[in-house]
Formats: sequence, structure tokens, C-alpha cells
Amino acid sequence: MEKKRKKALVKGNEAVAMGAIEAGCRFYFGYPITPQNEIPEYMSAHLPEVGGTFIQAESEIASINMLLGACSTGARAMTSSSSPGISLKQEGLSYMAGSEIPGVVVNMSRSGPGLGGISPSQGDYFQATRGGGHGDYRVLVLAPDSVQECYDLTMLAFDMSDKYTNPVLVLGDAMLGQMKEPLEFKKYQPKKFEKKWALTGAKGRKAQFLKSLYLDDGELTVHNWNLFAKYKRMKEDIRYEALFLDEARLVVVAFGSMARVLKSSVKMAQDEGLKVGLIRPITLFPYPAEFIRETSLQVKNFLAMELNTGQMVEDVRLSVEPGTQVDFFGLPPGSLPAPDVFLKEIKKVYPE
Amino acid sequence: MKQVFKRPDCLVDIPFHFCPGCHHGIIHRVVAEVLDEFNLREKAIIAASVGCSVFMYDYFDMDVIEAPHGRAAAVATGVKRARPDNFVFTYQGDGDLAAIGTAEIIHAANRSEKVTVFFVNNTIYGMTGGQMAPTTMIGQLSTTTPRGRDPQEAGHPIHMAELLATLAGTAYSARVAVNNVKNLMKAKKATKQAVRAQLDKKGLGFVEYLSTCPTNWKMTPEKANRRIAEELIPIFPLGVFKEEQAPAEAGVG
Repeated sequence: MEKKRKKALVKGNEAVAMGAIEAGCRFYFGYPITPQNEIPEYMSAHLPEVGGTFIQAESEIASINMLLGACSTGARAMTSSSSPGISLKQEGLSYMAGSEIPGVVVNMSRSGPGLGGISPSQGDYFQATRGGGHGDYRVLVLAPDSVQECYDLTMLAFDMSDKYTNPVLVLGDAMLGQMKEPLEFKKYQPKKFEKKWALTGAKGRKAQFLKSLYLDDGELTVHNWNLFAKYKRMKEDIRYEALFLDEARLVVVAFGSMARVLKSSVKMAQDEGLKVGLIRPITLFPYPAEFIRETSLQVKNFLAMELNTGQMVEDVRLSVEPGTQVDFFGLPPGSLPAPDVFLKEIKKVYPE
Repeated sequence: MKQVFKRPDCLVDIPFHFCPGCHHGIIHRVVAEVLDEFNLREKAIIAASVGCSVFMYDYFDMDVIEAPHGRAAAVATGVKRARPDNFVFTYQGDGDLAAIGTAEIIHAANRSEKVTVFFVNNTIYGMTGGQMAPTTMIGQLSTTTPRGRDPQEAGHPIHMAELLATLAGTAYSARVAVNNVKNLMKAKKATKQAVRAQLDKKGLGFVEYLSTCPTNWKMTPEKANRRIAEELIPIFPLGVFKEEQAPAEAGVG
């Protein structure tokens, strides 16, 4: 297996699959959809080597429900898909959140709405960060910007999922899934998670159940407040990357593949003497709102840049101090321009 | 004095919420008696469904996972693959299994999942108040077929036991009734065979139980029980439609 090597040139999709197996994922359920097929293909080849199980399910709906079942026993399991398939998984995600069952879901997003296309897009930001399915719930969302992070953050996703007994979503896109980069393998450091809730058969203990149905007076209110408290606790695991914020006069905020391209644009701006910084949220939920607020005490101009027509920009506007100028530049699916194109957009809003 | 009748150990000692004359209580008991006989209480994990049978965790003294509507067979698949030594079963109604969950049950059977499926067919949606089910009889009144089910508009009653019997991965498929003692004995036998199909790793075991729904059929319990023999059995014949003798081929499932 790949693990014996220290480094390899792999696709983002393969890195996700490798990270999952390294983190102890032993069950994978999925359904083919471009551009994430390397994940099920890798899992079907390599899970049996570690005693794991791969199932190509009849649908995305079946896949997420198999995930729900496997994870309800305390096992580490994963499903992956791309945008239209992730829409189908929302039912299961809502049930998993409601029943407090962990599980890792990967969205190597494509473009929509509807069948859309297979090019990169960040049009699933709202779906990812606002729960996505019915009910007042959230999933923790991790957004890699490199093949290395596809590996690292997938491993982290399993820990976060077990820590909060909540589904965790890894949100990449067609570019991250399909591009090849050198990947440095890391040994997963297992954490201890007590899973007293796991369904293993009522041997030597009382029977127990996992459910999301609460009909008795007041029960559901308490349950929802408990979930809310949990989502608040997730703030201790907020992650972001910050570049060139010292003396910055304009801060660009972007995530995922867009942030990856913008790192070059921002460096180009710096080379030209423009004080442009970059904040890249790595957890999209919970959002690094407090860090952005603190930054806005020093910097009065922000520019949110996304591969959509304006979604994360709302979170930037909710985060900054009043009086902060937040501009937006977005691109609907169809192209991912080179860094110099974005540099031009940065210059348009750079404060005089 | 020798005790000849008692509550099965698999059942919790509380009254069922089911309506008077409903067969769910009898079917719960048949299932519980068989699980007792195989000593499966501590090994079982139930994938509960949505509908009148949603409260499995209140009645069965076993681990229960609540599946979304129709998805019990997929949830059971995930549980069984992760815990192959546990006994995993679903208990689903006709709306759950034969309408919204059709894809999940067919593909679980086709993959030869080593799970057992108890399917209650009362020809109507009970929990939601008596709407047409995929099993509703031609001409039957329901709140969404107020002039009776017209097959040209609303389709025909679906025969799940026969349908699943056509799949190679189904190890056992039968339809039974619990409307009289004779049928009840046969129902228990079929239940045992469906349990054995899993224990012997043959494939998916399936039992369809014809059931009453006096409330939504708008009948007395006695009349509803009579309807099973007079109207349901002629359309939904009782019998064993598939019984795998030898273990499934190596490499299958």
C-alpha cells in the first residue's frame, strides 16, 4: 500500500481516501458521481486490505443511511459524493445530527443548480454551513485548499466527528479532487473516544437506542438547546490561515481552491507594494467570525472572493465591526482564472 | 405448577399503544417469542422504521437505531457490516418498505445482506391517518382514494414477498397472517426461518405479515379480522415464495 512510502504524487480524491483509512475508517458507502470517483475506487481497492468493507450502494440516500447504521455501532465510516449527491444525503445528515451519530461526509463539489456541470464551484457553501437538511442543526465543515490538506483534514474530520458525536463535512471541489500534488504521509495519532452510546447489543448492560424523535412535552425543546450548546462548543476547534495581515490595508477572505489561487494573487500584490492580506477560513462552520472581527478593528476594507455569486460574503459581513467596507467578487461556475485576473479585482477595491 | 404462557423476555412489560384489534401487537409478540427461542435478545440490534412501528425501542428490550422513513434496510446494512456477529433486523410497514423504501429493500436483498426483515402489510398508512399505501386493494377507500383505489390512476397493490423472492440474494421470503391460530402457528414458523436465514448466513430473510388496521379501515376489530381472510388473502396469497436450502455461493455478499 501507499503508506510504506513517505511521499507520493496523488490526486486530492485519493488523498481523502488515504487519510480516511489512516484515521481508522473501515467502512465506506458510496455511489458514483464525477468528480469524486477516485474516492470509492480507492476505497474498493484498499479497504479490504485492512479488513474493512466497501459497498457501492444503490443511491446516495442508501449510502448515507448505511453510514448512519455503521456509525451507530461506534465504527469509523465515511461516504463521499459531489453536489447533486450531497443534496440527496441531506435527509441522512439531518437524522445523524438529530440522533447525535458521528460520521464523515466528503463533498468534492461540482457546479449547479441541478445537474449543473463538473467544473469547480463553491455554490454549496450555504448548504454546507447552514445544516443543509431540515431542522435547526449544523455540521462541522472543513475546507482543504491542497492535496495535503485533503489528507490531513479528512483525518481530523474523524476526530471532530467522534469528539462532537456529530457529522463532519469535508468540502472540497472538482479542482482539489482532481489535481495532483505531492502528499506527505503522516501517522495518525489515535485519540481516545468513549462511545458508551454505541449500539452493540444489550449484553451485560441495559438496552439503548439512538433516535431523533421527541414527542413528549418539552423534550424536543431541551434536545434542540443541547444541540445548540454543542454547536457553540465547536468554536474551540475553529481553524483558519492568515497571511500578510500586519499593516494590511485590505484583507481578502476566501476558502478552498479559490483561496489557493488567491495566495498567489496576494503575493503578487505584496510584490507591488500593496498591503493586501488574506484570511482563509479552514472551518467554514464554525466560522472564524471572532478573528475576522478582531482584524476589522485594524483593517477597514475587506474583499470576499468566491467561486459563486455571493455566499460566504454574508458571513464576512456578519463578522466585521460596523463601518467596515466589505466588497465582493464572485464567479459563477465555468472558469477558474489565473492569479493576475484576481489581482486586477483586488486593485479595483484597494483603498487609496 | 408449570408455567405455560408468559411475556417474552424480549418484550418490555408495558402495554402497547396500538389500537384495539390491530395486529401489530400480535406480530411484535411472534417476533419476540422467536427471538427468545434463539436467545437473541443480547445480540440483536433493531433498525426501527417510521410509522406505527416507530416505537420499537419502547417495547423491545434491545438496542434500537431509528432509521429515516423507508431507509431501515440500508441502515441495517450498515449495522450488520460493522457488527457481523450481531443479529440485525428491521420491522417496517407497507408505506415505509414498499413505497418510500422500495429501492433500499430490493438492493439489500439483492446484495444478500445477512439481515432479517419483518414487513407488516395492512394495506394502508396507519400513523398518518389512513392514506393509500402501495398495498391498498383495488377499490379500497382511503383518505387519498376517496372513491376507492382505481388501478388506472393509482396503481395496483404491490406484492413484496413474491417480488423479493425473484432476487438471488433473498434466502427466505414468505407471506403469513395472524388472523387465526392456525395461521399464527405458520407465521411463527416463517419467522423462525427468516431468522435462520441470517444466522446461517444464507442471505436476507423476509416475512410479510398481513395485518389489520381497524381504525383506518373504519371497521370493528372483529370485522377487520374477518377482512384478512375474506379480502386480503385472496389477493395476497399466503405461502413461502423462496427458501434457500444451501448457503449462498462463496463470494456472494
